[in-house]
Amino acid sequence: MTRVWAAIVVFLFGAVFAGLAVGYSERTAPSELAMRYLEQVPADLGAANVVTGILITYRGFDTLGEVAVLFMVAASVGMLLSGGRGGSTSPAAVTARPARPPSELVVNGAQVVLPIAFLFGAYVIVNGHLSAGGGFQGGAVVASGVVLLVLGRPSVVLDHGFLSVTESLAGVLYVTLGILGLFFAGGFLDSHILPRGTFGAFVSAGAIPLISALLGIKVAAELSVIIDRFRN
Amino acid sequence: MERAMGLPISHLLLVTGLVLVLIGMWGVLVHRNILRIIIGFSLFGTGTHIVLVATGYVTGGTAPIIDRALPVGEAGARAVDPVPSALVVTAIVIGFSVTAIMLSYAIRLYEARKTLSIDAFTESKW
Repeated sequence: MTRVWAAIVVFLFGAVFAGLAVGYSERTAPSELAMRYLEQVPADLGAANVVTGILITYRGFDTLGEVAVLFMVAASVGMLLSGGRGGSTSPAAVTARPARPPSELVVNGAQVVLPIAFLFGAYVIVNGHLSAGGGFQGGAVVASGVVLLVLGRPSVVLDHGFLSVTESLAGVLYVTLGILGLFFAGGFLDSHILPRGTFGAFVSAGAIPLISALLGIKVAAELSVIIDRFRN
Repeated sequence: MERAMGLPISHLLLVTGLVLVLIGMWGVLVHRNILRIIIGFSLFGTGTHIVLVATGYVTGGTAPIIDRALPVGEAGARAVDPVPSALVVTAIVIGFSVTAIMLSYAIRLYEARKTLSIDAFTESKW
């Protein structure tokens, strides 16, 4: 019976979506807003990657809210997974449990890939204003390296205190940069507090690389904490 | 480059995204295992992201990154709409957060009943 109702619901949604897909015609020119962004980000902010410019400066407040969501998720995952489970969360109890050791492939693969993964994550984070990437993307790459680390070496203990301090410091510095924008530039999280520099150079685009790096550190630390919570 | 199997690329993406949404919806409605339901929600979210990115495509457009391949003067004429891309970056992070919360609830529910079947949780059922 459930399946019949589910099939009817999915079919009806499918009919609506089919109408959308058939009626959709590809756009031949960007919208007015997009045109403005495409002109303003290189000219005004000095960032080559328009998406990063939008995310970090024009929609900076939104990005701050998003970071706050990640922070709340890390906190609530910690609360959900550690509360009311006496003893089972300590690392000693985990290592004492007889678990299947990771396969040779994962262990050796982790040794080869880990340095490259962290390096690539750092590269993606600090080149967000020049090419595809940015704080969130690079942070996710670093965190996936951490997943590989805990898969390859199950005995490794991540220092939650260190990660929390790093993450909080990055968050405080991010908000401080935003407040500096209120005094020295056009408003909260305005990246004009630093000089624009040469277009396309590594040190350019005002405060965007700095904010991007802080975001990357914060996201990487937060995701690592979330991942580690699921392990224990 | 702009056409694949006779369809404009954005149409292909749009259809893929909508089909993924439907698969996710089917998974959420039919499966009784909580982990499968969570996978359904993830597919649902991924499909929505693909649809959003597809609507940002402009015929003949390339990534909105100014470099040798896309000089500043041509950005308005040859780049895709950067706004949906920026929104999807946000949406992916939120989707990750929602999945993490769902998974931690799944772990707590499993601890409560030692089963992952949604049928074991009847308190809120009417």
